[in-house]
Amino acid sequence: MTTIDTHVGAATKSPGSSVVASIGQWVTSSDHKKIGRLFIGFSLIHAIEVAVIGVLFGLERMSPSSMQIFSGDAAIQLSSLYRHVLVLGLLAPLFIGIAIAVVPMQVGSKAIAFPRLAQYGFWAWLFGSVLVLVSEIANGGPGGGNSNMVDLFLLGVGLLTVGLLAASVSIATTILTSRAPGMSLDLLPAFSWSALVASITTLLSLPVAIGSVIYLYVDHTHAAIAFGGVNGINTWLGWAYSAPQTFIFVVMALGVLAEIAPVVARIRQPQRPVVLIGLGLMSAAIIGAVTQSSHTLNLSGSNSDKLTSTLLFLLTNGLPLLGVLVTIAASLLSLKEGKPKVSAAFAFASLGSIMILAGVAGSFLANIDKANVQDTSFAEGVTLYLVYGGLLVALGALTHWAPKLWGVVLDDVKLLGLAGLGLIGTVLASLPLYIAGFAKQPIDVVNGFHYGGPVALWNLLTALGSAAIILVVLAYVGLLISAVRAGAGATDDPWDAHTLEWSIPSPAPANNFASLATVYSSEPLLDAKPSQEVSA
Amino acid sequence: MTLALPSAPSQSPRRQVFVATALAAAAAGMVLAGMIAVWMKFRAGAPTRPSSDGLRVIKDWMSKDITVPEVATNTMFITFPVAALMAQWAVYSAKRRDSQHRSLALVIVFVLGIAIVNAQVAVYAQMKVGLAESAFGTLFYAITGTMLLLIVSGMAFTAVTFFRSVGGREDDHQVVSAHALYWYFLTAAFTAMWFFVYVQK
Repeated sequence: MTTIDTHVGAATKSPGSSVVASIGQWVTSSDHKKIGRLFIGFSLIHAIEVAVIGVLFGLERMSPSSMQIFSGDAAIQLSSLYRHVLVLGLLAPLFIGIAIAVVPMQVGSKAIAFPRLAQYGFWAWLFGSVLVLVSEIANGGPGGGNSNMVDLFLLGVGLLTVGLLAASVSIATTILTSRAPGMSLDLLPAFSWSALVASITTLLSLPVAIGSVIYLYVDHTHAAIAFGGVNGINTWLGWAYSAPQTFIFVVMALGVLAEIAPVVARIRQPQRPVVLIGLGLMSAAIIGAVTQSSHTLNLSGSNSDKLTSTLLFLLTNGLPLLGVLVTIAASLLSLKEGKPKVSAAFAFASLGSIMILAGVAGSFLANIDKANVQDTSFAEGVTLYLVYGGLLVALGALTHWAPKLWGVVLDDVKLLGLAGLGLIGTVLASLPLYIAGFAKQPIDVVNGFHYGGPVALWNLLTALGSAAIILVVLAYVGLLISAVRAGAGATDDPWDAHTLEWSIPSPAPANNFASLATVYSSEPLLDAKPSQEVSA
Repeated sequence: MTLALPSAPSQSPRRQVFVATALAAAAAGMVLAGMIAVWMKFRAGAPTRPSSDGLRVIKDWMSKDITVPEVATNTMFITFPVAALMAQWAVYSAKRRDSQHRSLALVIVFVLGIAIVNAQVAVYAQMKVGLAESAFGTLFYAITGTMLLLIVSGMAFTAVTFFRSVGGREDDHQVVSAHALYWYFLTAAFTAMWFFVYVQK
């Protein structure tokens, strides 16, 4: 019999411990839960940063001919910073952080594989992000006038990309090599499966951006012939911040929904293989990402041209959309077959996933040539649906795993209100950009455009949406901090969950498991419990 | 209440270093694949003009003054599989716990790495491509420089593996296997680069 020990190896507080020592522990810790929480914390800071930029952009665009919050150059810089931080500063690292914190516990590992690599990944990402921010502020982003700062920007992008890749190597290696005895890949929990799919597709797609950064850097520092100098940066690097590359970063968001839904329904996932296939289908986005093209559906030309265009379109846009639909449908199906209970984590995850679906479906529509919304704000709407939707799901994931990460259970009632506000914020921030896209509001431009329609209304709504997201993030962090301060101790398995992480104490001890368990199914903890599940 | 789960037998051997090396090699491969794709895009899009006699079409990509030193580039091309073979010899020796041959093989891999770097420097010296003169120059130095960085990383891996070997780690064949895998990756990556940059140009 395996006994689950309390806090194995947990650091004990000595009377002389100080703030400096505590910071030192966080900076040098190889505990995956601390590294994951560092990623999560700084990603949430980025969330507030981008939402503030979103508010300013919305206000500036309300009157594109008269209002001038930003001058021409500053608007371009901030627009580039906005897209960059939304995706590589918020969406990607947020889920990488959750995966680093949760996956080793889910697969029954005492630690993450190569914890120092994961730690390096965090610091590289953080310093890269700071370099990007500093260079953009000093007029060094795409189209920037300060040559040295443009170099710094490229260095920052390269560094943070290497950081995300290092963390992805750590996650994928943990899943591939450090699973509990008996846990074959087909028995992986849904979230860990999504983390495997996302980390491998990230490892195969994001390095292409490093190649682009090297070319851009050499070109910018020497000739500025081949890649157009500063003006070519968005052309050659913009794909890394756009769909379909962004689809890869939301695979884990769908994994969170697939993980939480059966727990809420108190049932084994009846369509588990379908869920895993759905998550895997989303990885088809990699084809569009590495070819740095959206592959639009263009039905002009010969039959051969039409067939090629249709196949590429369906491969790069249709399959990811199908993957999202299948995962959401199969996850929600478990509610029908079980006896669902109210859960804030599930509310966040399901509402966020529906927002992601709206983003992926929007991208599908935007790539139909006849829709005629390319190079309009429609693409911004797609990104915001994906990023803010992903943010909501991430808050659901944090709520779900808060007992293991912080030892607390958050107040469901307050969080349900926040989930509703998050939904409203995401829709307000994104949907008006879809509508304005049909009216030809240009992408990444804040001044000097005209179109027939209520320009001020659409952009005011967008600004309000971003403001709501700021409120949601701040309120969530406030609730979390107050819960941690109150020290409301969570039980080991407050959700009556199915997977290995719920077999250890809350908060999870430093080395997770005192000894390793044998796994015989995809719901090992459910196997060990007296039968309570609802019969399907 | 904390649930008790059935205890497990001792864990099967892990191959973390090997798997992580494979993933890192795949990522590095995508860096180079992306760069080669951009190279081909620029090459295909280079402007063309008729030759002075009007009989041929000339692509303004690589200047006619530039000659690829075939001896140096082909020597590099041949040296890579030899280095990979030596790395595999190290694996063979490690599995037999033959530390002398393992260390010897690793030293040879390192020396071959130095030879490859030397050949690359010779290529730079002989080709005399101007970095700031054309798109070809920019792309040439960026892609070959990235390859050079990957080779130096491989040499660092070799050095670490060697020092672990002479440090008495008899059961270290997983790291030696991962090291060999990386040199196989380098061989494949250089073969692709050699074909597109030095042969097809």
